[in-house]
Amino acid sequence: MFLLSIGSGIFTQPGVVGTLVLLGIVLFIGSLLIAARVQVLIKRIKAGQTSALEVSDDDLLAMDTAVLTAPLARRRAALLFRLRGDELGGREEAFDDKALISRSTSEPDNPLVEEKIYSRTTLAVPQALQKVVLWYLGAATFWLVFGTLVGQYLGMKFVWPDMDEVAWLSFGRLRPVHTNTVFWGWASLAMIGLGYFVIARTSSTVIHSYKRAWWAWGLINASVLIGNICLMAGINNGGGEYREYIWPVALLFALGLILTFRNFYATVKRRRIAEIYVSNWYILAALVWTIVLATIGYLPWYQNGLGETIIQGYYMHQGVGMWFMTFTLGLIYYYLPASLNKPIYSYSLGVLAFWTQMLFYTLIGTHHFVFSPLPWWLQTVAIVFSVGMFIPVIAGTTNFLMTMRGSWSAIGKSYVLPFFLVGVVYYFVGSTQGSFQAFRFTNHVWHFTDFNVAHSHMTMYGIITFILWACVYALLPKMTGREPSQVLVGAHFWLAFVGLFAYTVSLMAGGTVKGMDWIAGKPFIETVVNTRGYWTWRAIGGSLMFVSHLLFAWNFYTMARRSPVPATLPQPV
Amino acid sequence: MINFHKDHANLVNVALLVFVLLSTGIAVVPADTMQHNEPLPGMPVMTEAQRRGLAIYVSEGCVACHTQQVRNIEMDRVWGSRPSIPSDYHYSKQRMNVWQQSPSLLGSERTGPDLTSIGQRQPGEQWHLLHLYDPRMVVKGSIMPRYPWLFQEVDSVASIGQVVVPVPADRLKDPKSKVIATRAANDLVAYLISLEQTPLPEGTPPAVFLPSPGAKGEAVALTTPDALPDGSAIFSQTCAACHQADAKGLAGAFPPLMGSSIVNNEDPTQMITIVLGGYDARAEFGVMPAQAEMLTDAQIAAVVNHVRSSFGNEAPPTTAEAVKAVRSTVAPGTALQP
Repeated sequence: MFLLSIGSGIFTQPGVVGTLVLLGIVLFIGSLLIAARVQVLIKRIKAGQTSALEVSDDDLLAMDTAVLTAPLARRRAALLFRLRGDELGGREEAFDDKALISRSTSEPDNPLVEEKIYSRTTLAVPQALQKVVLWYLGAATFWLVFGTLVGQYLGMKFVWPDMDEVAWLSFGRLRPVHTNTVFWGWASLAMIGLGYFVIARTSSTVIHSYKRAWWAWGLINASVLIGNICLMAGINNGGGEYREYIWPVALLFALGLILTFRNFYATVKRRRIAEIYVSNWYILAALVWTIVLATIGYLPWYQNGLGETIIQGYYMHQGVGMWFMTFTLGLIYYYLPASLNKPIYSYSLGVLAFWTQMLFYTLIGTHHFVFSPLPWWLQTVAIVFSVGMFIPVIAGTTNFLMTMRGSWSAIGKSYVLPFFLVGVVYYFVGSTQGSFQAFRFTNHVWHFTDFNVAHSHMTMYGIITFILWACVYALLPKMTGREPSQVLVGAHFWLAFVGLFAYTVSLMAGGTVKGMDWIAGKPFIETVVNTRGYWTWRAIGGSLMFVSHLLFAWNFYTMARRSPVPATLPQPV
Repeated sequence: MINFHKDHANLVNVALLVFVLLSTGIAVVPADTMQHNEPLPGMPVMTEAQRRGLAIYVSEGCVACHTQQVRNIEMDRVWGSRPSIPSDYHYSKQRMNVWQQSPSLLGSERTGPDLTSIGQRQPGEQWHLLHLYDPRMVVKGSIMPRYPWLFQEVDSVASIGQVVVPVPADRLKDPKSKVIATRAANDLVAYLISLEQTPLPEGTPPAVFLPSPGAKGEAVALTTPDALPDGSAIFSQTCAACHQADAKGLAGAFPPLMGSSIVNNEDPTQMITIVLGGYDARAEFGVMPAQAEMLTDAQIAAVVNHVRSSFGNEAPPTTAEAVKAVRSTVAPGTALQP
């Protein structure tokens, strides 16, 4: 009775309705992609059996020619037509004396998937920059595989809590290893590596100092390595999410950021064009803001009592918003138009999104603590500005989709663009869903449940990780001249996409059921037992995601391994 | 006129300045004003052992799954009698040492239950030790990790001070050995048992919980005067942790309620007395905590009736009035306002 009254009410709540609509969008885009594939298949099959006449082709061939009407006779003749084999080429020997053809085949690489266009251009990138980009991305890929292996293991512990009894592998210690590794190891290193190329390219100059790039590489990797060992040994900063590394370890990371900022800034400063491309706005700001953020997050003087909680809400939200999201947006503004070979739809919209990102994102950290003992006005500000986040998100999404408009057919022919499409769609879906989640009603149902975990994977994985993959696949073949296997890129895409969908939908459903059971006053342990099925589906989705990372690692290796002949000349770009 | 498009220094400086200003206003200043909160009157200062226990709590990452905040909404009422206030964290949320900051105790996930009043809900030291040694031994269906590294398996108990954990013999590799708690385990349990809400001073207006959406007046069955609340829910919430969901107890730790002579006694007075006042008469079992300040008369009547009529037990039901009468002698002045 009671459940029913909530049950009917929940679907009239704007936050819940909004989230369902958003999920529908992802499902819709996924179905569109699948439908396009199926359509191609059906076309292929149908092409074999055209018969507009009442008599079937087989009967027609068996019939006596004397009784045929004129259309049937013409059809019969057409059925019996056979190519001689030289209609197009003539009978003379062909020779490509202008060397126009670089590759020819009568059979596609595989019969199952459509062949994508190979990257034709090779960019002249200085060897030193290539090396920097490759090593940043290589380390990032390593941390991705390691971090998600840990994540997968943790997901399985929900189903089998007695998997091990080793202190270093216990859930409480490993959970921050997973989150910090994918944050500071995978996403951060990948962003900086991709950023090095953007900064140099859009400033038409060379990187100010490669030495600083290598120092930062070492510092950041050292921070993740030492930090993880500390966490597993039970040494952490106090358990606040994403600042579990104690300050000496976090300091290594901050130094890496400062070096990177100075290097990027000096490179932009010596640019050979007057305008600062909008990507660089985002990238430079992300670095500056994150340095401020780390400083505020770790300084001690205002962090006793609930002061720590306010800073925690601010820090963890800005870590995502000002670092990952801002930097990644900067990368999209370069790599998306570059992959489509056309300019960004609206430069001004990018600038608007930049300033509103700064204004609104900064103020919403406390929405992680709605109904907590933190000041009510702080919670209200956070909720109001969470809604304000619609402005930069809609500005950004519109800009990216309008840039893609007119090139939809290119998406089917490219192995890069599907990653961009999913990333952009999740940018809209994940961000607006987050705003809905900040409402007070939705906090009743979803806060503290597995729904939070679904949201963070929708954003850090659906947005950031998919965009980073898109950028890697867009850049590396052009830089090294080596293409990955298209089948494996396709497998990577679909495993990651389907896995993520299974992961998020199961946890969102499980979280909603759990929250409603809590409101109904069910005994806590019962709600734990009831979530088991959803956790199993999460582990299955997570496994697909993890397998896709192994494929990505292999693809990265194929693209990055040393070419037998230097692909490019060491010239300034 | 500042031209952000061409002037990199201005662009970066403005972005930096505005962000610092916003951050100061939304985070640093509000956080700083929270530095001057006083503890509640009568709030106990943490002991050394409790502090060490808190350090273990942080180091093992308990905050990943357990919150310590009672929100001001109806559904959080099960975790505490009033919403949490900043002063509650006066002693626990202090910078730990040079390397570690103030612990993030409020948490963000309730994969496990909220621990704000765990010391009140579950004051038994042995229960906590057994639960840390193997959560599924006392709470079937729990997914909490085991913490065997906080315990030692020994052949014989060496000194008197060592705390023996009542692990049933069939759960041990060598049935003759004993499990003893390390100092870390004892400290952690000391910390957990210390967790309870300090009552607000006399005369403070009563705490307000915002009603759950769409459930006004329905969620709290306590307000219905005639019908008793759901005894089986109270049983699994309050009793099953020790006596187990099947009421068979745990040999060597917690006695069974199934077939118990006290439970099946026609006169419920002794059973109600034990529920209200707690019980520590039998050396072979852990201590039963008093529920006089945890449950209302109606709740106690409901759970007593549930136990007396389930698990094969057959005894006549009792009433809230009977509980009230026993309360006036066993625990006078503890009547709870529903």
